[in-house]
Amino acid sequence: MPIIIAIPAPLRQFTGGQSQIEVDAKTAGEALDRLTSAHSALRRHLFNDQNALRNFVNVYLNDEDIRHASGPDTPVKDGDTLMIVPSIAGGAVIEEEVGQSLPELSNEEIMRYSRHLIMPEVGMQGQRKLKAASVLMIGTGGLGAPVGMYLAAAGVGRIGIVDFDVVEESNLQRQIIHGTKDLGRRKIESARDRLRDINPHIEIETHESRLTSHNAMGLFRNYDIIVDGTDNFPTRYLVNDACVLSGKPNVYGSIFRFEGQASVFWAERGACYRCLYPEPPPPGLVPSCAEGGVLGVLPGIVGAIQANETIKLILGADDTLINRLLLFDAWTMKFREFKLRKDPKCPVCGENPTVTKLIDYEEFCGLGAQHTPPPQEKLDEITAIELNARRLRGDNIQIIDVREPHEFEIARIPGTKLIPLGHVVGRMNEIDPAVDTIMHCKGGVRSAKAIEALKRAGFTGKLINLKGGITAWSEDVDPRVAKY
Amino acid sequence: MISITSEQIEQINLHGERDYPYECCGLLIGRFGNDGAKVVLETFPISNAREESAKRNRFLIQPEELMRGEKYARGQDMEVVGFYHSHPESPAVPSQYDLEHAWPTYSYIIVSVINQKAGDLFSWEQRPDRSKFEREEMRVAVNGA
Repeated sequence: MPIIIAIPAPLRQFTGGQSQIEVDAKTAGEALDRLTSAHSALRRHLFNDQNALRNFVNVYLNDEDIRHASGPDTPVKDGDTLMIVPSIAGGAVIEEEVGQSLPELSNEEIMRYSRHLIMPEVGMQGQRKLKAASVLMIGTGGLGAPVGMYLAAAGVGRIGIVDFDVVEESNLQRQIIHGTKDLGRRKIESARDRLRDINPHIEIETHESRLTSHNAMGLFRNYDIIVDGTDNFPTRYLVNDACVLSGKPNVYGSIFRFEGQASVFWAERGACYRCLYPEPPPPGLVPSCAEGGVLGVLPGIVGAIQANETIKLILGADDTLINRLLLFDAWTMKFREFKLRKDPKCPVCGENPTVTKLIDYEEFCGLGAQHTPPPQEKLDEITAIELNARRLRGDNIQIIDVREPHEFEIARIPGTKLIPLGHVVGRMNEIDPAVDTIMHCKGGVRSAKAIEALKRAGFTGKLINLKGGITAWSEDVDPRVAKY
Repeated sequence: MISITSEQIEQINLHGERDYPYECCGLLIGRFGNDGAKVVLETFPISNAREESAKRNRFLIQPEELMRGEKYARGQDMEVVGFYHSHPESPAVPSQYDLEHAWPTYSYIIVSVINQKAGDLFSWEQRPDRSKFEREEMRVAVNGA
């Protein structure tokens, strides 16, 4: 069956000037063999000494790369066209030879990474790429834990970690990089020890600070890939913008309750976070994990996806999460996927960007100082110690707990009445306006909202917010009340 | 022999300086004349597809990009006659790596970029036996002349 092979211009000198040659063949490989036996001078430009296609030579059957079909065994039929297209590669010799610019693996490392090495998708070359790579993780919390542990185990040569927090008991339900023995330690130290234990062959760099508009560009400069494991919008926009401005890929993950998201935002190749979400949600609309809760295993799954994508970026794999948003629901156990597209009007990576340097992200997310309420509406507050003193004095007061019933189950301040925030206005008549009312929740935010709502609804009695909520009560007054 | 204008050389220099310290790359689009002589009619910048860690000393033009360039050229009744790339902090001579990833007849223009400033610019052609590159004569037409 005759098929047509299109000869690129520079190779026509080997085909007597012909731009197309017809051959009879059943497979693409057979067609190339026929071609090069008829025009033998052509062979060395297509095949190497081992008789394999040179790695920069690509063969397209009609419009598809035969590597994506069955390679040389791809069947061809009458009337098909084979095109020979080079991918043009080259470059300066900074270190002597190609391949030698990548670090060597020791025998111990070869043993350790053997399950990688025997897969052609990784192999020696890929494992050396991993060793040459550097990754900066923002946060060592729920997402950062699996990201760091898998990247360290995979042999990523240099891992940077940024965090400023200490390990608390409520972290351990999901942040598996830290253990009970680490309670009270700085997270970066605890994480560093764990990663070193997993793999002593890699470098770990710790940066104990909050990521800010002042330090982000300087930190990002020294790493190839940034992994976002943050839990708040200002830092998420900061990571995105700093990645766009420094040309780095941003491996994104986020979690809430049972739902997670993951993507790779790399402005040079596709959409960035702002192409997807140009504006942050209004403050308070999307609760944090501390307020809304999170299933402990969820960041394990989403963080493992981030580690997976990071490794694929280093290896140069094709099908990464660039321009794809993956949504995961752990409760229904369903994955969904959306296509993303780069927004030409994107304020940071679009054609006419308005954000050309890092800005104040607290203000951008509506959390700036201008949002504190005017002074005449100032909230009356009481500390846990003062409240306890009033109780002991026998003052006539009432305490309203505005948390949810399942929180009330976990811990409560004695002698309180439970009216969840959502019902507080509807059940206003249960609150006596003649005596002072102390409102409390877990940390003091929801109770402040309850006070505001009651005032707006016309409640006339005196309302006082318990500063720091039941958490402060447990810390300062009665440690038998469980913290959660 | 390759004919190119001073304006096209300036475009290559600027691309090399813009992408410094990374390697830039692009296509030379024009026509093949008699005896393998080439005329560059346009330069066609391509984004360097190498991963971040390797961009300082490697460039890669994906076949899809080349097909796009070929298609564009053919639409204008032209052809891809060669490629250009930069060598940041390195001389404008081809490396062994360049040799292994090239075909004869095409022109390979290399510009050396030192300290973000474009310097030497030479064109190279691979021998038909793939054994080495040879300097190719460049005929530079000053624009307007």
